[in-house]
Amino acid sequence: MGFISDTLASIGLNEFVITLMFVNAILAMSIYLTLYGGMFSLANAGFMAIGSYVSVILTQNHDWPFLPAILAGMVAAGLIAIPIGLPVLRLRDIYLAIATIGFVEITRIMILNFDKIIAEAYTRLHMESEPPKITNGPLGITGIPVETKLEYLVVTVIILSYFMIRMHRSRFGRALAAIRQDENVAASQGINVVYYKNAAFILGAMMAGLGGGFSGHLSRIIQPGSYGFGTAVDILAYSVLGGISSWYGPILGGLALTALPEVLRPLKEYTGLINGVVLLIFIAYLPGGLGDPALWRSVRRNMSRMVHLINKGKTADAGA
Amino acid sequence: MQASNPVLKLKSVAITVLVMLGIALLAYELPDILDKKVLSPEQHLTTVIWVGSVYSLFALGYALVFSILGVLNLSHSAVFMWGGYIGVMSVIRYDIPIYYTLPLAMLGGGIIGVLVDLIAFAPLRRRNAPRISQLISSLGASAVLVNLAQLEFGTSPERFPRTTLKELPYEATVARPYTIDWLGAEFRITPLQVSIVVIAFALMFLLQYLVARTKTGKAMRVVAFNQKVAGLLSISVGGIFRLTFFLAGALAGAAGVLYALAYPSLTPFTGDEMALKGLTVIVLGGLGSIRGAVLGGLLVAAFEVYATAIGYSWLKDALPFVALFLILLFRPQGLLGEATVKRA
Repeated sequence: MGFISDTLASIGLNEFVITLMFVNAILAMSIYLTLYGGMFSLANAGFMAIGSYVSVILTQNHDWPFLPAILAGMVAAGLIAIPIGLPVLRLRDIYLAIATIGFVEITRIMILNFDKIIAEAYTRLHMESEPPKITNGPLGITGIPVETKLEYLVVTVIILSYFMIRMHRSRFGRALAAIRQDENVAASQGINVVYYKNAAFILGAMMAGLGGGFSGHLSRIIQPGSYGFGTAVDILAYSVLGGISSWYGPILGGLALTALPEVLRPLKEYTGLINGVVLLIFIAYLPGGLGDPALWRSVRRNMSRMVHLINKGKTADAGA
Repeated sequence: MQASNPVLKLKSVAITVLVMLGIALLAYELPDILDKKVLSPEQHLTTVIWVGSVYSLFALGYALVFSILGVLNLSHSAVFMWGGYIGVMSVIRYDIPIYYTLPLAMLGGGIIGVLVDLIAFAPLRRRNAPRISQLISSLGASAVLVNLAQLEFGTSPERFPRTTLKELPYEATVARPYTIDWLGAEFRITPLQVSIVVIAFALMFLLQYLVARTKTGKAMRVVAFNQKVAGLLSISVGGIFRLTFFLAGALAGAAGVLYALAYPSLTPFTGDEMALKGLTVIVLGGLGSIRGAVLGGLLVAAFEVYATAIGYSWLKDALPFVALFLILLFRPQGLLGEATVKRA
C-alpha cells in the first residue's frame, strides 16, 4: 500500500486529493439518479451546500459526533428537496436546468446572508438578545477539524454502487427508465410519474447532502462561494464526462475530473488551459463518456486483436 | 422566434408597457412603502435604463443562439469578457482611437464566437449529441477562453485610460452629468451613459430588423423551426449556424466594450458574473425572444438597483433568481414568449 500511495503522490495525488476525488464521485452519483430518470436537474450543488452547512454547524456549534451530523445533513437536504421537487419537476429539459440553477443560487445567497436575515428578524421582533452568528457570511465557517477519512468514502461509494446496481433491475429503476424514454407512455402504463420523479430527486438530494457533509469536514473551511453555479455545472460535468449510460460512469468521471487538474499541476500557469482543452477533447471524442460500456468493449476487442497479432508475429518469427 | 400574429404582438407590447410602468412606479413608491429614505428616485430610473441596456445587449447573444440551435452557450460570457479586453487593450497597447474599439471588439467577438462553434459545437452537432453534452463542451470552451485571457492579460483589473475617454467630443467623464428637467423630476445623465444606451438599443434594433425583416433572418427562422426542412429549401444550415454564432459573438463583444466603458474594472472573471445574469435575463423575458431579452435586462437591472436603493443590498443577487423561479413555475414561456405545444 505504501508503494501505491507514494506513486500516486508523486503525480500529485496525495491523500487529500484522493479523498476529494471520492467525495466528487459521490456527488456525481447523486446527479446520475435524476439524469437516469431523464431529469436535467442541477440542484445538487444546493443540496450539497445544505448538507455541508447543517453537518458542520452540528459538529462545531452543538458538539455532535461526526457520523450523526453527516446523516443529519443528508436528511436535511432530503427534507428540503420535497417542497422544491414538487413544483420544479413539472418542468422539463433546459427549463428544469435553469430553475434548479435558480434554486442553487438562492440557497447560496441565503446561506451568505443568513446572519443578516436573523439580525433583521431580531430587530423587527424587538428582541433584546444579541443575534447569533451561524453561517458567518462570506468568510464562512473556519477551523473545522478534518474528520472525513478515505475509508468512510470508499465504503459509502461501495454501498451506493450496490444500490445503483440493484436500482437498475428494480421496479423503481425500471419506472425511471420508462419515464426517461417517454413520460406520457410511462404514465399510461400506470407508472406514478410524479411519485417516481420526486423520489429520484429526493434520493439524489440526500446523496448530494451526504457528499456535502463529507466535503465540509475535509477542507477545514466552508464558504458559500464554493456552492454556486460553478459547482452545479462541475457536478454535471463529472457525470456527463464519465458517461451516463452505466452506473460506474459518474464515479469514473468524478475521480478523473478531480484528479486531472492535480496531475496537470506541474504545468503551472497552463494548468487551467490544458484542463479546459482536455475537457473539450473528452466530450468530442468520447461520446458515451469514460464509462461507456461500448468503448470498453471496443478497447478490449482491439487489445485482444493486438495480442493475437503479436502472438502471430512471434510464431511467424519462430517459423522463420 | 418572433410573434407574427398581430394579436400576440399587441399583447407583448402591452406586457412590456405594463412592466415598465411597474418599474417606474416602484421607483417612487417602494421607499415609502418600506419606510426607507431614498435620494432622488429618478436617478435610479436612469441607472436602471443604462445598466439594463448593457445586460440586454449581452443576453441577446444567449437568446439568439438558444432560439436557433436550442442550446445554452455557456461560453458566451467568456466571449463578452474577450470583447471588453479587445477594446481596452487595443487602446492601451496600440493607441487605437477609442471610436474604433467598438467595431474592433465586435469583429473580434464574432470571430471568437465562430471559433467556439467550430471547436465546441460543430463536432457534437455532427454526431447528434444530446444538448447536455453540448452544454458541457461550451463550458470547456469557456474555461479555455478565460484561462487564455488570464495568461495574456493577467488578473489585475484593466480600464480605458482616462485620457482616451477625454478624446470623446463630449468629455465623457462621469463627474459632469447633464441635468434634464422633465415632469418636475430631475434626471442627471452623463453623456457616456447616454451613448451606452443609444449604442445598445441601436444594435438591438438592428438585430431585430435582421431577424424579422431580411431574407437572411427568414432563413435563420426556418433553421430554428426545422433543420431538415431548411436543408431541403437549400438553406446552408451550417452557414446559418456560423452566422448565428458570429452575430452572438459580435453582440457580446459590443456589450463587453460598453461594460468596460461603464465599469473601470475588467478582469478575466468579469464574464462569470454576467453568465448567470444573462441566463436570468433571457428566462425572465422568454427564452429565445429578442424583445423579451430587452425587457428582461431592464427587469434584472431594476431588481438590482432598487434592492440596493432601499438598503437591502444583499437581496440584490437573490431577487432576480426568485423572480426566475416564479416565472418558470407560472409562466415557463417567459413574460413575452409564446406558449408552444412542447413547452417546459
